[in-house]
Amino acid sequence: MSDQFLFTTEVFFNGLMAGVLYALVALGFVLIYKASGIFNYAQGVMALFAAMTLVGIMEGQVPFSHIINAMFGTDVHHFGWHVPALLAILLTVGVMVIFAWLVQRVVMRHLVGQEPIILFMATIGLAYFLEGFSDLMWGSEIKKLDVGLPQGGSFWIEDMTAGLGSDNFYGFFIDRLDIVATVIAVLLVAGLVLFAQYTKQGRAMRAVADDHQAALSVGISLNFIWVLVWSVAGFVALVAGIVWGTKSGVQFSLSLIALKALPVLMLGGFTSIPGAIVGGLIIGVGEKLFEFAIGPMVGGATENWFAYVLALLFLVFRPQGLFGEKIIERV
Amino acid sequence: MLDQSDSYVTEDGRTIGGVVMEMKNITLRFGGVVAIKDISFDIREGEIRAIIGPNGAGKSSMLNVISGFYVPQEGTVEFHGKPRPQMRPYEVARQGIARTFQNIALFEGMTVLDNVMTGRLNYMKSGLLRQAFWKGQAEREETANREVVEKVIDFLEIQHIRKTPVARLPYGLKKRVELARALAAEPKLLLLDEPMAGMNVEEKEDMSRFILDVNDEFGTTIALIEHDMGVVMDLSDRVVVMDYGKKIGDGTPDEVRNNQDVIDAYLGVAHD
Repeated sequence: MSDQFLFTTEVFFNGLMAGVLYALVALGFVLIYKASGIFNYAQGVMALFAAMTLVGIMEGQVPFSHIINAMFGTDVHHFGWHVPALLAILLTVGVMVIFAWLVQRVVMRHLVGQEPIILFMATIGLAYFLEGFSDLMWGSEIKKLDVGLPQGGSFWIEDMTAGLGSDNFYGFFIDRLDIVATVIAVLLVAGLVLFAQYTKQGRAMRAVADDHQAALSVGISLNFIWVLVWSVAGFVALVAGIVWGTKSGVQFSLSLIALKALPVLMLGGFTSIPGAIVGGLIIGVGEKLFEFAIGPMVGGATENWFAYVLALLFLVFRPQGLFGEKIIERV
Repeated sequence: MLDQSDSYVTEDGRTIGGVVMEMKNITLRFGGVVAIKDISFDIREGEIRAIIGPNGAGKSSMLNVISGFYVPQEGTVEFHGKPRPQMRPYEVARQGIARTFQNIALFEGMTVLDNVMTGRLNYMKSGLLRQAFWKGQAEREETANREVVEKVIDFLEIQHIRKTPVARLPYGLKKRVELARALAAEPKLLLLDEPMAGMNVEEKEDMSRFILDVNDEFGTTIALIEHDMGVVMDLSDRVVVMDYGKKIGDGTPDEVRNNQDVIDAYLGVAHD
């Protein structure tokens, strides 16, 4: 096999892995959008908040320590214990459920039946609030997150594939974290699909996504389902936060990955779970291959804009996305 | 007049029981508009009770009051002899009151079978975690609920479209699927909002037959709304007639047919 082909293949694989992460973030958007018609701008910040909370719990950080110290003249920062990763993850899930309940109780409940733009504005407010709140609660410094996921290139894959090309080819470089992330994403999606198809709550969730009035008439509490959906979205945010946080540290820029999810949603359609996944993969592979093939000709850094241009093309030619429900105007 | 708890047997041999639901002096306003003005009537167990009236008479509003979608400003709703506290629609549904909608409200993305299955949601007891970990119980429950659903599907003759996504069905069949979903909940009271609106003669006949059969076979108490008088008179045991938010007649189809106010409301009368 020619080296050129092998390099391209390697780029392709790396693109797939990056795409999985985009898909993870996009998934959180789709869940809430489907069930309540709300485009949740705060999804990225939720990932940040979840990751910060996870680190905070694991490190035994005292929440709001800055405020406490400033008010009482104390000097507390840490409880002095370390919580095992698994337990900390469970506790963080609990925090995300409480968060979901609060969002529903304090914000969304009062906005039922409002225009989509108003709900959207509310989530923007929510995003900024949560961002400040996370800083206040856990401090704004960049944190290292290590829940025990393997990292670094896989030597095994490198060794196994090194013989495929000429002497210039050293084998595929694939980050083990990316492989783990892919496995996690596959499990997560499979779990969500099983949940939606086969459990009582999953059925109720689909019902609410489809028709609110009809859902009420068969005895489904909309409030309960919305709390459930925000909790699930919180859980997805946590998973995305763990993977991204492990990769590049828990820091503010984590909330900006939400912006990368936008083109993914344009591609996949806002209402389709498979769409979010395929969209994520296409963007991931597309931007890596484009950078590899065309990048050098235009001075590189195409990854910054490729996804958005692709999304723009989709908006022009297929506004409902690849898998979105077809937009039919009835007259 | 019959007493509240009296039961009687109809000409065709069905037993009509005591009062299941009683509406007492219901008044419903939207801002300055009075949709329902001081209306009282009752629904007896096992009967088909119709609410009729010209367009805009307040029939749908009345049904929405019964099913909890609207909250009346005055009056009480008594269910099984007890005044009902203010409830949300889903709580009313959980009490055993199922309904259909005038403008069909189905889960368009799901198949017919899934739609009808949602009618059983309140019978599924096992919670989230239990369903995830104790597969056996969840499966037994699913099977039991499926049996009821299949029975309803057979009964309404929609077996051939069980796996079809609802969005693809024609209007008449959608109406039937909606009825199936309501029936799957084995309701104590079934509310039908214009079950025959927009149907052709053949579809209307089918629907009438299903309504009669449901009542006959399962003994379901049915309250329905219609503005087509002809259909209603053949179908119902007792009829409430509304006009401009007021009750202008209440009784058997024959009584109502001969009521001068009702004739005026339907045929129009010269006011001088």
